[in-house]
Amino acid sequence: MSAVMQDRALMEVNPPLVQSAEYHDLTEQVSAITEAGVLETPMKYWITLGITAGITGLLFAMLGYLVYRGIGVWGNNRPIGWAWDITNFVFWIGIGHAGTLISAILFLFRQKWRTSINRSAEAMTLFAVMCAGLFPLFHTGRPWRAYWLFPIPNFDLNLWQNFRSPLIWDVFAVSTYLTVSALFWFTGLVPDLATLRDRATGRVKQVVFGLLSLGWRGSARHWNNYEKAYLILAAISTPLVLSVHSIVSFDFATSVIPGWHTTIFPPYFVAGAVFSGFAMVMTLLIIARWLLNLENLITMKHLENMNKIILVTGSIVGYAYATEFFIAWYSGNPYEKYAFMNRAFGPYAWAYWTMISCNVLSPQFFWVKKFRRSIPFMFILSITTNIGMWFERFVIIVTSLHRDFLPGSWGYYKPTWVDICTFIGTFGLFLTLFLLFARFLPMIALSEVKGVRAQEKHAFKGQELVAK
Amino acid sequence: MSLISIELPKTKNHTPELSAAAHTLDGNPTGKKYWRSLNHLAETPEFHDWVKRIFPANANEMMDGNSRRTVLKLMAASFGLAGLTACRRPVEHIMPNSKGTVADEYAPGESHHYATVMSIGGHVTGLLVETHDGRPTKIEGNPDHVHSLGAATALQQATILGMYDPDRSSKVLAGGKESGWSAFDAALKSISLGDGSGLRFLSGMVTSPSLTALRNEALKKFPKAKWVEYEAAARENELAGTAMAYGQQLYVHPRFDKAKVILSLDDDFLALDSPAPFMTTLFSRGRKVESEADLAKMNRLYVVESQFSVTGANADHRLRMKGSDVRQFAGELAAALGAPLALNVVGNAQNDKRGKFLAAVVKDLKAAGAEALVVAGPRQSPSVQALASWINQQLGSAAVSYSKPVMQNADSGVSALKALTGEMNSGQVSTLLVLGINPAYSAPADLQFSVAMSKVANSIHLGLEQDETATAAKWHLPEAHFLESWGDQATSEGLASVQQPMIEPLYGGKTAAEIVAKVIGYRDGKAHDIVKNYWLGRFGSAKGVSGEQQWRKALHDGVIAGSQTGETVKVSVDAKKLAAVLLAEAKPAAGEAKTVEVGFYPGASTWDGRFANNGWLQEAPDPMSKLTWGNAAMISPKMARDRGLADGDMVAIQRGNLKLDAAVMIQPGHADDSISLALGYGRTSCGRAGKGVGFNANLIRSTDGFWFAPGFAITKTGETHRHATTQEHGVIDDEGNNAEHQHDRNLVRETTVGAYQKNPKLVEEMVEVPELTSIYPQVSYDKGYQWGMAIDLTSCTGCNACVVACQAENNIPVVGKDQVLRGREMHWIRLDRYYAGDENDPEVVEQPLPCMQCENAPCENVCPVQATSHSPEGLNDMAYNRCVGTRYCANNCPFKVRHFNFLNFHREEKEVVNLVYNPDVSVRMRGVMEKCTYCVQRIEEKRIAAKVDGRREIADGEIKTACQQTCPAEAITFGNINDPNSRVSKMKKQDRNYAMLAELDIRPRTTYLAKLRNPNPDLASGGKA
Repeated sequence: MSAVMQDRALMEVNPPLVQSAEYHDLTEQVSAITEAGVLETPMKYWITLGITAGITGLLFAMLGYLVYRGIGVWGNNRPIGWAWDITNFVFWIGIGHAGTLISAILFLFRQKWRTSINRSAEAMTLFAVMCAGLFPLFHTGRPWRAYWLFPIPNFDLNLWQNFRSPLIWDVFAVSTYLTVSALFWFTGLVPDLATLRDRATGRVKQVVFGLLSLGWRGSARHWNNYEKAYLILAAISTPLVLSVHSIVSFDFATSVIPGWHTTIFPPYFVAGAVFSGFAMVMTLLIIARWLLNLENLITMKHLENMNKIILVTGSIVGYAYATEFFIAWYSGNPYEKYAFMNRAFGPYAWAYWTMISCNVLSPQFFWVKKFRRSIPFMFILSITTNIGMWFERFVIIVTSLHRDFLPGSWGYYKPTWVDICTFIGTFGLFLTLFLLFARFLPMIALSEVKGVRAQEKHAFKGQELVAK
Repeated sequence: MSLISIELPKTKNHTPELSAAAHTLDGNPTGKKYWRSLNHLAETPEFHDWVKRIFPANANEMMDGNSRRTVLKLMAASFGLAGLTACRRPVEHIMPNSKGTVADEYAPGESHHYATVMSIGGHVTGLLVETHDGRPTKIEGNPDHVHSLGAATALQQATILGMYDPDRSSKVLAGGKESGWSAFDAALKSISLGDGSGLRFLSGMVTSPSLTALRNEALKKFPKAKWVEYEAAARENELAGTAMAYGQQLYVHPRFDKAKVILSLDDDFLALDSPAPFMTTLFSRGRKVESEADLAKMNRLYVVESQFSVTGANADHRLRMKGSDVRQFAGELAAALGAPLALNVVGNAQNDKRGKFLAAVVKDLKAAGAEALVVAGPRQSPSVQALASWINQQLGSAAVSYSKPVMQNADSGVSALKALTGEMNSGQVSTLLVLGINPAYSAPADLQFSVAMSKVANSIHLGLEQDETATAAKWHLPEAHFLESWGDQATSEGLASVQQPMIEPLYGGKTAAEIVAKVIGYRDGKAHDIVKNYWLGRFGSAKGVSGEQQWRKALHDGVIAGSQTGETVKVSVDAKKLAAVLLAEAKPAAGEAKTVEVGFYPGASTWDGRFANNGWLQEAPDPMSKLTWGNAAMISPKMARDRGLADGDMVAIQRGNLKLDAAVMIQPGHADDSISLALGYGRTSCGRAGKGVGFNANLIRSTDGFWFAPGFAITKTGETHRHATTQEHGVIDDEGNNAEHQHDRNLVRETTVGAYQKNPKLVEEMVEVPELTSIYPQVSYDKGYQWGMAIDLTSCTGCNACVVACQAENNIPVVGKDQVLRGREMHWIRLDRYYAGDENDPEVVEQPLPCMQCENAPCENVCPVQATSHSPEGLNDMAYNRCVGTRYCANNCPFKVRHFNFLNFHREEKEVVNLVYNPDVSVRMRGVMEKCTYCVQRIEEKRIAAKVDGRREIADGEIKTACQQTCPAEAITFGNINDPNSRVSKMKKQDRNYAMLAELDIRPRTTYLAKLRNPNPDLASGGKA
């Protein structure tokens, strides 16, 4: 068999990550999106942006109403002190996980396939963490006092934070995560911003991109510093991927409530977060691919790899569910046993079985390659995965609280229209930010993609092969 | 005339000079103590002496013309300032009843307690009212009053909110239009009353001696007039029953503390049938277990009833049956005890549950002899009352006594009301004065009282609210609340108390006595004068004590010593005569037994509807059903199954043209084929809290079916209704439906006296507590005061008194039905109710849950801002102004006793309601967490008092939390657990003391004493007789 034939065979198994002609074409393709005039941008983009901006408006209207009237506009009650608020918080934090995982961990493992998707995944992380951050702030009864959660010296009460509280750990974990993710994202953007600066025609763009690109000239010394900085940031970010969701899980794990008080939570939450994060990246990329015609950069290989991760993490999550039940039985603790029986067969059984079918059963389809490579199928599955993961948090938070130790204090929770609109609103905010990002910043990491292309060009013996 | 008056202190040891000064000023020996100016007062030598004592350094200056003026100016200014906050203080002097450590002198900012008295449907209870700077804030029981013994029920305590009710009537209305008192006076003059043949008075049960005197005077002046008394929940059957048994009307006085075996024939004496708390106290004293010796002395309670009542829940054995079947049961019991009664024995044999129960009761009662007691509830017919009297006599019971009514009125009860309505319809009544009651709402539906009222030319209604009767009357007059007017009340034994006002009438109301005085043209018609003159007349000046001094003592003590005029009578029943009377009574019609019976009960929160507009009461969960903001048609689980009914299904309850649509609620333990309805709901003309809440049972109540009536048909309407209950219908039990989930929780631990005697460690062994370790260093709370609480589940009846006491003491907001439905009620102490066993005959336990004040509090370490932390005295403190409201603490509280202000629950409150707040406790804003503090303000008050007294130790029992203070069952003990001799330490030393969820290593300071039941060994199936 000839070498070419071998390569062809190889290509079928392992198709190239970048299906593009020239470096310049890549630059043109990616930059064109940001450089397009208002009318040149596809109408479908503006319509989509209009809708999401409207939904964002709904979010802020709901938050305004909440601050005006109080938490009572939500369905929270006693005993269910946390409901959709913290469910949404954990959900969004989980979504934010894939970004750092793709950028940092896959970078450290030299997984080249991450290059086309890492920028948008990182952006998604930032926006998801922003959405998540809204909830700890607005779930407080007096959000105007929420700054007391930060260690800001105060003289009116002379009180300090309680460092034994997992909520304080949360504050630090999430803010650290947001800061590092933003730095990481921005560092990666610098060379591309410089490209945009160099191509900029208008004065405003020149100044803005000029400032943002921090004087990047592309010298070898710059590249050297850049690569080091990027590597260090990746190294810093990696433990954060594990720590943020571990710490979020401590909110529950360190409490005394049956169904919360569980040592399995940290790894289980991290796996769940990766699971939901990848699903969300998938959802977004499939839309972005379609909206901005990026099929050549975000290829089937990217999508298939992500589906494999969804399959793995989904199975880990399923294993965790099983372990929880086993431990509940094995512990002999009646409260623990009841909490889990109540999950599966109590008033919230519908939520539990929604979770099981979305998170454990449906990802199993990805064992089959045909499903892994079917865009409509994976799109639906990415959405059901996120529904399932939202329900997982709902099940953990609400079903554990609604029936804990004393049957005399048991209750039931139902969301109000404000709960629902607020949650929908966060999607508006998230998508609006993402759409703005996709339109005004290079959503594909140009410099990195070019690096991958250079490698592939030679690995696959010339671009003519690729061109075919 | 100055509005300011000096607080006249206790005569005994304080400033007699000042009182004397006021006397000197007093031109009128019986009149009020006004003074024209401060100078007028200051001229008296007594005042000079007083000033010398109070201001020794300034005494000389005071006498000196110039500087005296300066001092007086300053005094006037400070008096004036004091007056600003106290500007509603009544002009007539009232006497503080000191609680001991609070100085008797009036001091701004300090609270004072005044004795007064209250009557609910003829049940009279002496009360102490806490006032702050002239505004009453809390009602407690008067320990010196035999019907209170220091406790007050939920209804009594909540009346303080009723006084401030912004929806109260404030205007004289003529034909629905705003008018004035002078217009009314003129109108009244223009009515020619003649010999009174067209004049009728209609009032509630009169328990006021001075009003009785006025009544007699009115009837003397208008010989053809009539005074009718009607109570929707009356005691008339008790009087009729004794009349049947003894030939004379008598009040029955059971002494539960003297009885060892008690049988209640449908008598809910622990709750609905005794709005005075003393019956609970006496009953509970017969069950107190503080040492092993007490175990043998514990009383045993049997209850026969239809609705599952609080008394039934506290019974050692309970037998459910329709209300109308109780007569048959009482007859069989009497026959078994030897009465010459030929009553047919119901039931197949002695082997069924009923037969066994009866046999066991007979045996037990006989064995108890003088210590046996049978009581019959006010719902039961005179014949049941008579049978109970006969049985007590037969057993030789020493636990019951009888007294002659002191204020009896032949025209009372529903029959008298029926006669009055007849007269009204036939045009014989030209002037009708309705005094303080609401018959247009509370009269049985078949009387159509409002229609009859429209036929009366001059219908005058005096009432606290613009209620249904006010709407139907030509004239409506605002009534003064009992907390803002002078009066007096006497118990059924005749023990009288003076009702002192705490504040001037907020809405310019007048008392019933004042209106009657107007009608008969009484010389001096002010309430104060009516009452005081009456009593000065009765006091005389025996033993060299002036009438004035006796009056003062009466005001101070809250009881008038020696006023107990209802003589105790020794009586005996002629059994043969009684048997003849009983046999002559109509037998239940054939077929009646198969129809649905409806029973009517006073509402636990509304009584007969008079408390319907009281938010505290509406929100206090019903002790059994845990229903708030409404009533329901209570039915048994079997009846629900048979008829395909579920909780909240609307049904039409119909008999003839009486019809009511009401929502069903399933009550485990309810009698089958029977519906129970609470009175006092479904008001149509009421304030904001009570209007349209619940279903008006009066619509199907009739004169012939006043308490229970057979023959009702029920049909499902297809609609549903949401019941705002505070508790899920969870059953905690050993073999019931949810057993597999809950059987080993043992949150409420209970056992029987026998089992406990055999193994005192039984309670402790119910839950296995592993060795406990913590990663945090443990604080040893072994210095100073360490506060703790013990709650005796054997005593707790679940009556709600603590819930309302806490609400009043701690300014807890009312959240409303919608918020209760969302699970956001705020009560710092709640009563968890659990059923156990068979749903048809369950056992019930009630468990009060204040904050457990855990030493290792799970709430504390999760608060991110340290808004809740531990005090050195072991209190789990809450800093409201630091709280940001994450609710994490509430989530992590295993007892869920933390309450979050989800909304600004004070938002729609009228300003006047602010007056009810306890100034020692902050009112919480929305967005912060709150919870029980062990009444930390009371701890601090006593700490300060102890410090002022020379840094002495706080004595044991000196601090009483609000729930403990009012608990009629004396179930709650609070104190210093670091003192091994304190009462709370002793209680906690008992073997049956346990900490709930101790296995979580939270070390709760509130512990429970396991519930002990005292079942009859003959009824082996435990309490499920």
